[in-house]
Amino acid sequence: MLQLTRREALGAGAGAFAITAFGLPAMAAAVEDAIKKFTGGAMPAEGGVDLTAPEIAENGNTVPIEVAADGAVAIAVFADGNPAPEVCTFNFGPLAGSSAAATRIRLAKTQNVIAVAKFADGSFKMAKAVVKVTIGGCGG
Amino acid sequence: MAKIKPRVKVPKKAEAGEVITIKALISHPMESGRRKDKKTGKLIPRKIINRFTCDFVGASQSGNVIDVQLEPAISTNPYFQFEAKVPESGEFRFKWVEDGGAVYELAKKIAVG
Amino acid sequence: MKLTRIGAGFAAAIIGLAGMASAGEPEIKKLVIDGVEMTVAAPAPPYLENLDMIYSGWLFRSPETQALELDDFDNPGMVFVEQAQDMFSTPEGTAGKACSDCHQLEDFKGLRTVLPRVEDDGKLWTMEDYINKCRTDRMGAKAWKYGGTELTSMVALIGLQSRGMPINVKIDGPAKPYWEKGKEIFYTRVGQLDMACANCHEDNYGKMIRADRLSQGQINGFPTYRLKNGKLNSVHARFKGCMKNIRAQPYKVGGDEFKALELYIASRGNGLSVETPSVRN
Repeated sequence: MLQLTRREALGAGAGAFAITAFGLPAMAAAVEDAIKKFTGGAMPAEGGVDLTAPEIAENGNTVPIEVAADGAVAIAVFADGNPAPEVCTFNFGPLAGSSAAATRIRLAKTQNVIAVAKFADGSFKMAKAVVKVTIGGCGG
Repeated sequence: MAKIKPRVKVPKKAEAGEVITIKALISHPMESGRRKDKKTGKLIPRKIINRFTCDFVGASQSGNVIDVQLEPAISTNPYFQFEAKVPESGEFRFKWVEDGGAVYELAKKIAVG
Repeated sequence: MKLTRIGAGFAAAIIGLAGMASAGEPEIKKLVIDGVEMTVAAPAPPYLENLDMIYSGWLFRSPETQALELDDFDNPGMVFVEQAQDMFSTPEGTAGKACSDCHQLEDFKGLRTVLPRVEDDGKLWTMEDYINKCRTDRMGAKAWKYGGTELTSMVALIGLQSRGMPINVKIDGPAKPYWEKGKEIFYTRVGQLDMACANCHEDNYGKMIRADRLSQGQINGFPTYRLKNGKLNSVHARFKGCMKNIRAQPYKVGGDEFKALELYIASRGNGLSVETPSVRN
């Protein structure tokens, strides 16, 4: 167990370290890795992707989401607070009526859902939405 | 879950070139591999549907509509809704692939005109 | 473009939340399934001293959960109904008979609205009892486990035949003592938390209990598909869950106490539509 008061931490010049190490959960790194794996290295810019998800999910076991991005050949969905960040990847074929799909996903806790769209020219765009996952009333 | 059973909702008729909405659902526990058996305390092995595809097959035109890769974060009884172009009369073929290789299939005819 | 109704619910979700904090009464919305409008709010029957209106649990759910019940394909509970349909026509037991050898599904129209009811033997019968009686006496098959998936799915299939019809259980005559017993259970505090059904579902419905919104505890939609466990839940299984949550020793699933409670709570919903199979969180 790390015993470190704020004063000691600051005094040791470790403030920046503490924020980096404890302020950002390890999951954020995992989701970034997963997104980079999908894009082949880069973090895409936000915009150009529609991600529809409830602000508050009544139950994390079944959260309806919808993704759409005009002209996308594929859309991958990630959740940065789950044990594994990958959720699913939609690949749209030549007979797809639109680059859009809806499904139902599991969210372990309140977290970001991220949709990354891949376009025919090899570019990527993304969208992010926070979904609050609530805990059942009686803890049951 | 009693039984693994796929079902889909596809209109029976469409105009040539029309874009239709398709819904697909398979009853499946989507065992994530992270749950423990309450009695034995051991992890229940992962068994999920890991891929879902929808293809159109017609007399002169065929092609893929959607090909989905699923992870354990997809809910029990995986559900998908998407759109497809209908180039001509034919059938939509649906396929769900389970960990271990088991395949569940379903086909729905659609008439143009 | 929007594929689903998820987006449409957002505005309502925000308005709903704002309204939630003050009032116990839910926002009244229309529930139309397959072109049939359900009665989700009705004047309380005269024997309910403490309620003016009765409300389907559907009204207390979030727009996203509500949307799942609007279309039978989107309703995951229908997966179990379809499985029951297969079982309905599959012969089982020593008599080599299937349900469909004696019954047509349409024959069950209206049955769900009057159960549980007292039979000639003077006992209170639930839908589960009728199905299992048929299995053991006519089919020569084993009774299904009360609250188990097979039985609950079959209860849902038969219940579905009455969807949209008003609940109308009898509470007088031979049903009276059972109803009184159910009422007593409803108002009796039990368990470590010392709570009665009424404390949440009559005194505080519409309010938040932590992050959950309390309903009136109506059972007009049972069996219900719960997002929480991804399966159809029987009335008794739900009672049991509730009792565990208040740290009480639950009565036996399929036992006399829960049957009496089922009759009493069903009667609190007399006038609401059968919504079987409903979708809840």
